[in-house]
Amino acid sequence: MSSLKTTAPPAAPPRGSRPAPRHSSQRGRLLNRLDLRLTPYVFVLPFFVLFAIFGVYPIIYTFWIAMTDRSPLNATISFVGVDNFVELFTNDPQFWNAVVNTFGMFLMSTVPQLIIALLLANALNRRIRGQMFFRLAIAMPIITSTAVVALIFSMIYAREFGLVNWLLDLVGLGPIDWRANRFASWFAISTMVDWRWVGYNALIYLAAMQSISKDMYEAAALDGASRRRQFWSITIPQLRPTIIFTLIISTIGGLQLFTEPLMFTSGSGALSGGSEGQFQTITMYLLDVMNQRFRWGYAGAVALVLFVLIASVSLLNYLLARRISSDK
Amino acid sequence: MTMTTLRPPAALPPTGRTGIRHRAEKLWTASPLTWVGLVFGVILSLFPFYWMIVIASRTSDAANSWPPPFLPGGKLGENIQRVLDNGDANIVKGLMNSFLVSGTITVATVFFGSLAGFAFAKLKFRGKNALLLIILASMMIPIQLGVLPLYILMAKLEWLNTMPSVTVPFLIGGFGIFMMRQYAEQAVPNELIEAARVDGCSTWRVYWHVVVPALRPAAAVLGLLTFMEQWNQFFWPFVVLADPANPTVQISLRSLNTAYFADNSQIFAGTLIATLPLFIVFVLFGRQIIGGIMEGAVKS
Repeated sequence: MSSLKTTAPPAAPPRGSRPAPRHSSQRGRLLNRLDLRLTPYVFVLPFFVLFAIFGVYPIIYTFWIAMTDRSPLNATISFVGVDNFVELFTNDPQFWNAVVNTFGMFLMSTVPQLIIALLLANALNRRIRGQMFFRLAIAMPIITSTAVVALIFSMIYAREFGLVNWLLDLVGLGPIDWRANRFASWFAISTMVDWRWVGYNALIYLAAMQSISKDMYEAAALDGASRRRQFWSITIPQLRPTIIFTLIISTIGGLQLFTEPLMFTSGSGALSGGSEGQFQTITMYLLDVMNQRFRWGYAGAVALVLFVLIASVSLLNYLLARRISSDK
Repeated sequence: MTMTTLRPPAALPPTGRTGIRHRAEKLWTASPLTWVGLVFGVILSLFPFYWMIVIASRTSDAANSWPPPFLPGGKLGENIQRVLDNGDANIVKGLMNSFLVSGTITVATVFFGSLAGFAFAKLKFRGKNALLLIILASMMIPIQLGVLPLYILMAKLEWLNTMPSVTVPFLIGGFGIFMMRQYAEQAVPNELIEAARVDGCSTWRVYWHVVVPALRPAAAVLGLLTFMEQWNQFFWPFVVLADPANPTVQISLRSLNTAYFADNSQIFAGTLIATLPLFIVFVLFGRQIIGGIMEGAVKS
């Protein structure tokens, strides 16, 4: 960054238009032309350099590695074609278990998350005192890291002295072993995700709601439409692009779910996601294959399939959301 | 829909308390149910923070008791001291590393983001739209896709267990460029750029003297959001920082959790320490952060 200081000239931004071009010599004009032509590329270059090295190159390499049996344990690397994919699709129940878990928790967290966020945003869109306080309070969970969220909720869902089990006990229900049961563990992990993201999504919806013309609501009210009717007939259709946006963001995030299930178990075997892998996600399985079993070629295949899943679900979301809201 | 056939409400008197106007205002008052929902939301949202303090200020025994404790105790200082001294977690080192990494990435993101954002918003060059599309696409690619080759690359560069591995690949991302581009489009007047050009300013000087002052508010928000995001990174540091001796603060938390005996009051003191910097940021700049999230939403 030292070049910043050396090239910064002292002149203030000129406001008037004094037609006194300084580059009158031929060399100056050439430099000027070069500047106009090339500088834009220089300005966008840093991103593309980093993206080429740390984005594109690893992705291409992944395609190659997925067709080998590369491993740090093997001295040689052999080309195995699509063997890794064949094994993945036909003979790897653990992978498919991880796929089911990931999608289960994705649905269990995303659907309530977006619905609650919509309702909260609708409430925040009313005329209320302390608007800023409510917004700040609801947004505050975004300052926590996924690791912190997982640690706090791990204790809330503890079997012996957990808060939730204490509440269950208060209303006369028996305790639940939140880690042992597949459905219970999904529920616990989904609430972690939702706690952190509901407020963020609510703010996004609120911003979109505020840009809807108030006239539409007033006209609807004059026409006798109830608030519920207004919500369904005005707010939701107007929010369509925003809902699609949040759906896609949640899909990309949700299908990469990692930290919360990892930290839900203490101890070092956490990548396996519970005693029977009841909450092992695809990303956890990927690292399991990569760093515990050292099957790098196979891990490449897992990574590619994960990406295809994310891309197709995002697309599906997009198409569904468009379809649903255009029916209204 | 019937409401479209109504006369446009713009015809209503803009001020004065006619019956219709009154009704229109009433439309936006909050119902009791709205209040109940909001208060409930706030309680759920804030309770885990409160509970973090409760457990972090208790003895380990009190943290594991029935019924669970609901009021803070007096052991906060002691627990924090124990975390800071914990040889497995190295949280002091983790905090310093996290400040270094997040700070570097934040500065770089704001600088490179404003440069590229300015270029995309205001400069003419061939292939602009195609390049913009590549940036957009890059934002959709999860890091998992290339995680293995990236890991191998880090090993070759001998960056494993060092901070460059979690810094250099993230110095500028698509989000920063997009945000600065959106803002530059409306915040930097074309006439000002033209005037500077006529005066003989090079593109760099236009950036430095015209664009940078205009982008300052957006740069601040981008900086805040970037710092928060980087401070909380977990997946990639988990992959490349396997050695607990040189962690980021989130990896220190992970080490606390993998300890053979899970000491909850110590773990919670750790989460408190790890969250405190962002809590301070949020108290000071919460409005700007919220504004940034909301503005980004409207434009995208």
